[in-house]
Amino acid sequence: MAKKSISLSKEFLKGLWDENPVLRMLLGLCPTLAVTNSAINGLAMGLATTFVLLSSSVIISLLRKVIPHQVRIAGYIVIIATFVTVADRYMAAFLPEISKALGPYVPLIVVNCVILGRQEAFASKNGVGRSIIDALGMGSGFILVLLVLGSIRELFGSATIFNLQILGDWFNPWMIMILPPGAFLTLGLLIGLGNWLNERKVKI
Amino acid sequence: MNKTAKMVIVLTVITALSGAILSTWDGVTKPKIEYHKLQALKAAISDVLPPYDNYEEKDINGYKVYIGKIDGSTQPVGIAFKVEGSGFQGNISIMVGVDPSFTSITGIKVLEQIETPGLGTKIVEDPSNKSNIFWFPEQFTDVVIEPEIVVLKNKIPQKPNEVQAISGATISSKAVVRILNDNIQNLKESYKSVN
Repeated sequence: MAKKSISLSKEFLKGLWDENPVLRMLLGLCPTLAVTNSAINGLAMGLATTFVLLSSSVIISLLRKVIPHQVRIAGYIVIIATFVTVADRYMAAFLPEISKALGPYVPLIVVNCVILGRQEAFASKNGVGRSIIDALGMGSGFILVLLVLGSIRELFGSATIFNLQILGDWFNPWMIMILPPGAFLTLGLLIGLGNWLNERKVKI
Repeated sequence: MNKTAKMVIVLTVITALSGAILSTWDGVTKPKIEYHKLQALKAAISDVLPPYDNYEEKDINGYKVYIGKIDGSTQPVGIAFKVEGSGFQGNISIMVGVDPSFTSITGIKVLEQIETPGLGTKIVEDPSNKSNIFWFPEQFTDVVIEPEIVVLKNKIPQKPNEVQAISGATISSKAVVRILNDNIQNLKESYKSVN
């Protein structure tokens, strides 16, 4: 098993950069584009997704020898949906403002391909410890991108970050940044920047 | 056969456990969620009515009507109800308060909308207007309902039944006024026949 030789820290770090779910793998783009009109929304969505990813990775890697191959997808989806509903209800009960802002995108974490992708590619083939590290790494990578994207869009679209005024009254907010085109433009530039940095890293 | 049995058993156990977890969790979170809903409703009612001590809930002609009353007085201070209709992009729902004789509005509050950010969303608040970001909804306070509310474009309202449209969001402004006009007239007749 050559794969096992990867150190645990590398297993974690790959989610942040080399296999970043959004910038490198282009997975989970629907919530990435839809909810990042402010930093807090991006962070909340990132945390909720990471919670679901981590909990389902633990359960699925524990059950990886029990669930028959033919019905694995059905089993994974039920497990993922259970945690999504737990997260959705939790937010509605304890964080009503954020829950209202994220709207239907919390229940839609069920179909986030980052989560099912990690179960299929990793948790179903690796032990619990490694799956936890993998889920934390992928989750952190996802949170990072959503937070950066949300902050950039909020900064230029509302002149604030986390509702704190950053740019003065001289700045006329660019409305497009908090509308869908702003999401596509910013994400495109971030992916481009990521590719550019990656190429430079290889050359050095 | 053995394989099939395993598939059925494993999936059944997973779904049963999932159901058990969710029903327990629902029991924990439901009271909180209901509480938040009630708080939001109370806040909306007190935003659109003059000060009151308590309110009475009634079903009239399909509307949930909240009648604000002051202790020791039989005359209500105002009537609040939720109205809905289509805006520029989707549904707009508004809590509206009217005086007991249904002649003028005591206040409105937009509860839900998905209008264009930065334009249509000014029906809720307008950050570009530094002196009063709530100028659009606040215009409706004391607006006369008879014969109907009229929206003006680029003109300062003169008559008591006129309000000014948001520039760049005429459709959203007109939608709010249309929703108010239609529903208030609708409820007016049935409210009077009940009381």
